[in-house]
Amino acid sequence: MSPYTLRIKRTAARISKNWGLYLLLLPAVVLLLLFTYKPMYGVIIAFKDYNPSLGITGSPWAGFKYFEKFFNSYQFEVTLKNTLYISLYSFATFPIPIIFALLVNQLRHNMYRRFFQTVTYMPHFISTVVLVGIMMILLSPGNGLIGNIYRLFGAEAPNLMGSSGLFSSLYVWSDVWQQTGWNSIIYLAALSAISPSLYEAAKVDGASRWQMVRMIDLPMLMPTAITLLILRIGGLLGVGFEKVYLMQNNLNISGSEVLSTYVYKIGLLSAQYSFSSAINLFNTIINLILLVTVNQISRKYSENSIW
Amino acid sequence: MSGTAQLNVGSKRKRWSSDNISEIMLYVWTVLVLIVTLYPLYFIVIASFSDPYAVGNGQVWLLPSGFTFDGYKELLNHPRIWIGYRNTIAYTIVGTLIGLAVNLSAAYALSRKDLFGRKTITLFFIFTMFFNGGLIPTFLTIRDFGLYDTFLVLVLPFAVGVFDIIVARTFFQNSIPADLWEAAQVDGCGNLRYYFMIVLPLSKAIISVLALWIAVGHWNSYFNALIYIKDDALYPLQLVLRNILITNQMQSDMGTGEAAQVALRLANMLRYSVIIVATIPIMCIYPFVQKYFNQGVMIGAVKS
Repeated sequence: MSPYTLRIKRTAARISKNWGLYLLLLPAVVLLLLFTYKPMYGVIIAFKDYNPSLGITGSPWAGFKYFEKFFNSYQFEVTLKNTLYISLYSFATFPIPIIFALLVNQLRHNMYRRFFQTVTYMPHFISTVVLVGIMMILLSPGNGLIGNIYRLFGAEAPNLMGSSGLFSSLYVWSDVWQQTGWNSIIYLAALSAISPSLYEAAKVDGASRWQMVRMIDLPMLMPTAITLLILRIGGLLGVGFEKVYLMQNNLNISGSEVLSTYVYKIGLLSAQYSFSSAINLFNTIINLILLVTVNQISRKYSENSIW
Repeated sequence: MSGTAQLNVGSKRKRWSSDNISEIMLYVWTVLVLIVTLYPLYFIVIASFSDPYAVGNGQVWLLPSGFTFDGYKELLNHPRIWIGYRNTIAYTIVGTLIGLAVNLSAAYALSRKDLFGRKTITLFFIFTMFFNGGLIPTFLTIRDFGLYDTFLVLVLPFAVGVFDIIVARTFFQNSIPADLWEAAQVDGCGNLRYYFMIVLPLSKAIISVLALWIAVGHWNSYFNALIYIKDDALYPLQLVLRNILITNQMQSDMGTGEAAQVALRLANMLRYSVIIVATIPIMCIYPFVQKYFNQGVMIGAVKS
């Protein structure tokens, strides 16, 4: 028997020994192949003049036509600028859950702490539609909470939801309101894993509470923080469609049109499939490049890497 | 963790050390956070029981004004809300069951170190987190499979959650001892029987956490329905809510005059009551699974 067939036989034996495990994997693998990997092949319509009657394979090639069309369009600058601005803005709020976790970790009264955590997790369970609905109600100049507060001081309330300049702030800070408690869970878990002996040693050395936070808690959170940071940067151009689309209106559109909403409008509302796919692909590739780059940098300087 | 408390007992006399001040500031901060978190939600609750004119005139701050159930009664006049409700319950139950079945089994298989090709298969999963075909190619695929505008499209094609799989895999690795499988093998137990009879019953914590994640996701999502569902009868609750809260479809079909005033009033009240009714169920689930959100499961997420 040649070594080659021997190897095949051994592989077959190793697979058949655990055939049950492959059966368990099967549903997930099939779903990914059909609904995630198959569309990856469909990405080539970004380089074609897609015609539904000819299908993906039969449609004629168009090269980089649609990419050029996007780069030369007026929307390119607007959507890219808005996407980057909103991402970087929300990226800047990254430390908030860390600070939040450090503070919660200082609460000694267990009952109160649990109550506090439960309350601050609550907004996470509100759907995006309801969140934006609440924002529209509260911020409405006519009969919202904000309108009432302004009238209390005898002033006329501005239409906050219709302001393109305030769009990013509303988007980011409503996210902070909704997700800070929830996002701090992972850091609180990391904090609770710190050995008490570290604090005791620090206390013997006369460390103050603030010093213990700075010298013990914060460094212990760094690996978790860096991992999450890398993942965040990978999604820098991936400003979520859901909330932006809901918050969008004719008044704020110049500050709220981002890549994902533009992809949706071009693709599904005006049925320019190839053009939309090209914009989408551009978006995905930039994200991928960012992710790999940042991961490389992080691996070099801090030995933290996501792969 | 009770360092300052002990120190204070030792010093007997109460004094304003910097630790005391920071303790007070810490609690002031928590109270502020609680107010900022709760007040918007509380406002919606009291406004839902108030007369809309009182809300509009700024009379509603701490308690309902012009107490009324009209907003809730108005819910009954909109069958679309209840169809959406029924659909969402169905999507959530079926979707969660499918999601659990698919993701837990994949996670378990990937947690086994003796799985041949483990690295490659893991990469096959992870890759999808960073690259995908995008909106239109996915849309065309779904349409080609005849899934467009069907019940199935919201529960099956996107059931794989790679992040969930990674978290569950880490859980299985850390909390199911490897000797257990060896012992089961000696007794002639196969992989499948071992998974269903031994692994799953030992994994209630991770099952609860995943079930919560997946269920909340289904209850709250509107994106897939927006893209793939056209038929009103299949609308999930969130799409109905979008029409009521965001695009204001309830108001567009009104005339003028006194009847319109009444209709406007009711439409206004509906916005509050519908938020309450749509959000209560998902908020109620959380306390039941909260005990499983202990460090064990989250540590798994941290490490991965």
